[in-house]
Amino acid sequence: MINKTVKEKKVAIKVMDMVAGYGEDVILNHLNFEVYEGEIFVILGGSGCGKSTLLKHLIGLNHPMSGNIVINGVDITDDKGDNLQRVLRECGILFQSGALFSSMTVADNVALPIQEHTDLPASSIDNIVKMKLAQVSLTGYEKHLPSEISGGMRKRAGLARAMALNPKILFFDEPSAGLDPVTSAELDQLIIRLNRNYGTTMVIVTHELPSIFSVAHRVIMLDKRVKKIIAEGSPHYLRDNSQNPFVRQFFNREIEPENSLLRN
Amino acid sequence: MTTLNNNLTNFYSFSQKSPDKLTIHFQDRLDVSNAAPLIKEFNTLLRTHKPDNLVIDLNKLTYLDDYGVSVLVELKRTMGNKRGDFSLTNMSEKVNEILTMHRFNVLGQQSISVQKTSQNLFANLGNSAFAIGSEVRFMLTFLGDTCYSFLMFLRRPGSLRFNDTVENMKRVGLDALPIVGLISFLLGLIMAFMSSVQLQQFGANIYVASLVSISMTRELGPIMTAIIVAGRSGSSFAAEIGTMKISEEVDALSTMNINPNFFLVLPRMFAALLVMPILTLFSDLFAIAGGLLVGVTMLDLTVSGYTNQTINTLTLFDVFWGVFKSGIFAILISWTGCLKGFQVGGGAAGVGKATTSAVVYSIFLIVLSDSLLVVILRYWNG
Repeated sequence: MINKTVKEKKVAIKVMDMVAGYGEDVILNHLNFEVYEGEIFVILGGSGCGKSTLLKHLIGLNHPMSGNIVINGVDITDDKGDNLQRVLRECGILFQSGALFSSMTVADNVALPIQEHTDLPASSIDNIVKMKLAQVSLTGYEKHLPSEISGGMRKRAGLARAMALNPKILFFDEPSAGLDPVTSAELDQLIIRLNRNYGTTMVIVTHELPSIFSVAHRVIMLDKRVKKIIAEGSPHYLRDNSQNPFVRQFFNREIEPENSLLRN
Repeated sequence: MTTLNNNLTNFYSFSQKSPDKLTIHFQDRLDVSNAAPLIKEFNTLLRTHKPDNLVIDLNKLTYLDDYGVSVLVELKRTMGNKRGDFSLTNMSEKVNEILTMHRFNVLGQQSISVQKTSQNLFANLGNSAFAIGSEVRFMLTFLGDTCYSFLMFLRRPGSLRFNDTVENMKRVGLDALPIVGLISFLLGLIMAFMSSVQLQQFGANIYVASLVSISMTRELGPIMTAIIVAGRSGSSFAAEIGTMKISEEVDALSTMNINPNFFLVLPRMFAALLVMPILTLFSDLFAIAGGLLVGVTMLDLTVSGYTNQTINTLTLFDVFWGVFKSGIFAILISWTGCLKGFQVGGGAAGVGKATTSAVVYSIFLIVLSDSLLVVILRYWNG
């Protein structure tokens, strides 16, 4: 938590010439990008452009048709065994719904990865769980079941679980989906704070504009028509300077005339 | 300065200036990567040195995270248990900030597991009574809802989801036929085989046919079929409706002004009611076939002799009585399955619980109602 200033940018995730899809359908075609250590990196794009598919490939749930994915220096492209497990232990993932285990209390959900992957005594795990829950402002909800807390709290509890092993990289799948603007803004602040305190690399999939502008250091934008990255850079720069009509359209929330749902 | 374990020399060392004062000097990092081995190491260290005063020197510590904090908390707790002194020295501002942020001073004082206050016997008894009370109320409400849905059906029979009913008939009936057939066949076979050992002694082989046919059509056929259907379909009704409940599909039906009971329960109950008697008849036939196989191959009976004896023994009443019972079981199984589905709350674990209790309740109700029917029949026949 004591910040070290990083002089040169170290690469945390490197995606090289990746082609991904389901069956015969190619969804992402020859993707190349890098995520640097300690940055908040946002993958954005409209619905159906392959954001979630890309995330699933980055965390090893799906395997690309061709190309390579390197995380923390380890190639996980086709790995299903030890390498992937080792890399995943250094990654935390917050799923869209929080994906808390409904039969366990909030505290047990957060304790689970710590119990499974460390040799710490129960009293220490107890203390770490308390600290994790305090970081996401859920002190006092330790004994609650996921069904007994609100959607925003479930997300935060999911985040506490994702952070349980102090991962180097945190992945977020649409963190603000289904949250009210205030809760969503709180979650954004939490993401920024964790990034600042721990230097954790954050990869966020979202299409919420306010969220993107408040948290992102750098974004890539995917487009389903070309199945590629159509823009890369800071969100403010892209909004003000991009010449790409699709990027401008996205940031200015314009409707495509020929595809408009309101067309007669 | 020294350490116990050579692998940990990079992270700490200890010194003992007087017998009762031990100083641990941390260096480099104290984090998720070394917390677990360090805690083990310090347990041994404190056990062997037994200091009354433990001083933690944080001068050379460059990185501390919440796992590191938990190591310090553990040391503090261990010293506290022995009524020894514990102190931190040479703390940098940054470390102090981290410790304050994680509320180092209060951590470890109360564990999560003991936070729940234990209740006394009477409170527990009262809570259980309330729980049973609310379950009974829910059951009665659900029963009322089902009756109301049935009245709605009588008023407008066309509004029943016909396709759903047919689909459920296939799932409850047709798909269950192989397993019902196989089990009944084997049951008939076993019964004939076991009874033949006794009956052969009296030269009463032919009564094997009577025994198999009467016991299967009147009792075992309907009961076995019901138990199989409860395990296959009762559980699936509970799981299906339970999952719909969790994913708010049931609420969606209500908001569209569609009665969930009419939409989900009636098709399932009608399907079960229509196919279970047929399944039971099949079960009877397969069991008789099983008995026939034993009779012909082991007891020197002819096919015609066995079938004639079966036909002569069985009355139409026996067959109808079995079929009637299976109708009652069908209503009980499908209703219980749906009821348990509607009672689901709290996610995946709730669905599992509902599925189990749907099967257990169904089987209990099958046996209970069967006993009642036996008593009723006994007095009815005089």
